[in-house]
Amino acid sequence: MANKIMAWIDERFPLTNIVKHEITDYPTPRNLSYWWNFGFLAGFVLVIQLISGIFLAMHYKADTSLAFDSVEHIMREVNYGWLIRYMHSTGASAFFAVIFIHMARTLYYGSYRAPRELMWWTGQILLIMLMATAFFGYLLPWGQMSYWGAQVITSLFGTVPFLGDEIVVWLRGDFAVGDATLTRFFALHYLFPFLIFGMVAIHLVALHMVKSSNPSGIDLQAKDNIPLHPYFTAKDFYGLGVFLIVFSLILFFRPNLFIEPDNYIPANPMQTPAHIVPEWYFLPFYAILRAIPDLVGGVIAMALSILLFAVMPYLDRSKIPGGARYRPFYRIMFIVFAIDVVILGYVGAKPPTGFLITLGQICTFFYFALFMLLPFVSKREEKWLRAKGLPAEVEALIASDERQREIQRKEALRK
Amino acid sequence: MSQDKDKAQPQDPERREFLTTATGVVAGAGIVATSWPFIASMNPSSEVLSKATTEVSLTGLQPGAVKTVEWQGKPVFILHRTDEQATDMDKTEGGKDPQKDTSRVKDPNWLVVVGLCTHLGCVPQRKDQGWFCPCHGSVYDNSGRILKGPAPRNLDLPPYEFIGENKILIGKAKA
Repeated sequence: MANKIMAWIDERFPLTNIVKHEITDYPTPRNLSYWWNFGFLAGFVLVIQLISGIFLAMHYKADTSLAFDSVEHIMREVNYGWLIRYMHSTGASAFFAVIFIHMARTLYYGSYRAPRELMWWTGQILLIMLMATAFFGYLLPWGQMSYWGAQVITSLFGTVPFLGDEIVVWLRGDFAVGDATLTRFFALHYLFPFLIFGMVAIHLVALHMVKSSNPSGIDLQAKDNIPLHPYFTAKDFYGLGVFLIVFSLILFFRPNLFIEPDNYIPANPMQTPAHIVPEWYFLPFYAILRAIPDLVGGVIAMALSILLFAVMPYLDRSKIPGGARYRPFYRIMFIVFAIDVVILGYVGAKPPTGFLITLGQICTFFYFALFMLLPFVSKREEKWLRAKGLPAEVEALIASDERQREIQRKEALRK
Repeated sequence: MSQDKDKAQPQDPERREFLTTATGVVAGAGIVATSWPFIASMNPSSEVLSKATTEVSLTGLQPGAVKTVEWQGKPVFILHRTDEQATDMDKTEGGKDPQKDTSRVKDPNWLVVVGLCTHLGCVPQRKDQGWFCPCHGSVYDNSGRILKGPAPRNLDLPPYEFIGENKILIGKAKA
C-alpha cells in the first residue's frame, strides 16, 4: 500500500528522488568532526523557536497596558505556559550559542574560502536576521530592559545623516518607544522567523551545490564521501542528544540564567535602570559601540564589527588547504580573536569605568587590527609554509585547485 | 520559429524600446506611490500627535529641586535653580557643545530640558550639580550642557511657554 502511494506521488512530484538525492544518499565527507554538527543544531533550534513562539503568541497581548501582565499570565496561569516561555527564552540564547560556534568552526577551518563564499554570505545575512528577530522579541515582555534596550538601539538610527531623527520617529511610530513600537515589533517578530526559514533554504541549496567542507580542507573525491544517512544522521542525532541535555539543564534548573532581573520590572519610560546591559550575545558588539568616544564613530565601528566578516574570503589570501590546523600564524590569530571577543563581552557587561574603558578600547583595536593584518599574514604564511616544504600531494592540490579555478573562470567567460 | 524571427529583426526597434522603458517607468512609479501609504502608516498616528503638549504646574517645586514630567512619551526635567546655581551656570559655556546659559533658559531660575541623553536616549540621573547618564557615563551640568562622556550634544530644549504665574505649557511655543 505504502509503495503504491509513493509510486502515485512520484509520478506527480519527485519525492523519492529528492529524499534520496538531498538527504539519505547525499554525499558527505567521511572525516567530518563534531564541529560540523552545529548547522543541524541551528536548524533544530529554529524549529524550537518557531513552535514555542507560535504557542506563546496565542496568549500574549501586544499592548503596552497588557503586555507585561500577559507574560506573567503565561508564566502563572496558562497550562505549561512557564515551560513554553522558558523554552523560548532559553532557545534564543541557545540559538546564538550554536550560531557562534558554527561561525567559529567556519573561521577556524577556513570554510568561507572559495567556492563557499555564498554559504558564508547567506550565513551572515542569517546572523543579522537572527539579531533583528532577537531584538524585536526582547521588547515584547515590556520590562525595563526591554524598553531601554529598544530605546537605545532605535536611537542608533539617529546617527544617519540628515534624516536621522525622522527615521527614529518613523521606526518607533512615536516620539519615544511606545504602544505603536510594541505592536509593530510583535508583527515583525512573528514575520522574521519565516524569512529566516526561507533564507535557510537558500543556505542549504548553496550547501548542496558546493558540498560540506571538512577538517582536512581537501576536496574529497567521491570515494571518500559517504551517504549522509545513516552515518551523519546518527552523528547529528547523537550531538542533538548532548545539546538537549545542556538545554534541559538550563531550561529546568536555571531558566533565569540569561534573563536580567530588571526585566521583571514593568517598563518605565521616565526612569532608566541604573545599569543597562544587552543580552549576552550582543555584549561584544555593545562593548565596541562604547569603546569609541564619538557616537557616530561608535555606531560605524559596531556595524563594521559584524559586517567585516563578509570580506573574509578576500582578506584571507592563503591557498593552503585546510584550516588553522595547518596554518600556525592563522591559528594564533584565531585564538587571539576568540579571547578578544570574550574579553569584549566581559567589558560590555560591566559599567563603563576606569580601567574597563581602556581595556574595551584595546580589545576593540585588536578586533579590527586582526582583520586588517590578515591579508598580509596569510600571504606571508603561505610563502613561508611552501618554502619550508609542503608534502607533494598538498602542492599538487594547490596547483590543481588553481588550474581548476582557471578552467572554471574561462568556461564562465565563454558562456 | 516565428518568434525567433521577430527577435532577430524587430520591427521599429526604437518604438519597442520606448514602450518597454515607458512600461517600466509607470510600473516603478506605481510601486513607489503604492508603498507610500505603508511607509507613512508607520509614522506617529494622529492620536500620538494629539498628545503633543503637556501643561505643568510649578507650584511647590522648591529651589534646587527637580521635577520630571512626561511630554510626548519622553521625560522632561524641570529644575528650579537657586540663584547661586543660576549665576554659576551663567559663568561657563559647558563642554564640547559650548552654549551660553542665557540661550538655554527663558527664566534663569527655571531650566526645562528633555530628559533623554543625546547619546542613545537613556534618562540621566540627578547627580551633584547636574545629571549623569547610567548607560554610557555622560555628565551634564545644571544647564543640561554636556561636560563629559560620549553624548554629542547638550540636552535638547523642548518648546515651552510660561502661561500664567506658575504654569508652563510644553510643546507649543508662540512664535
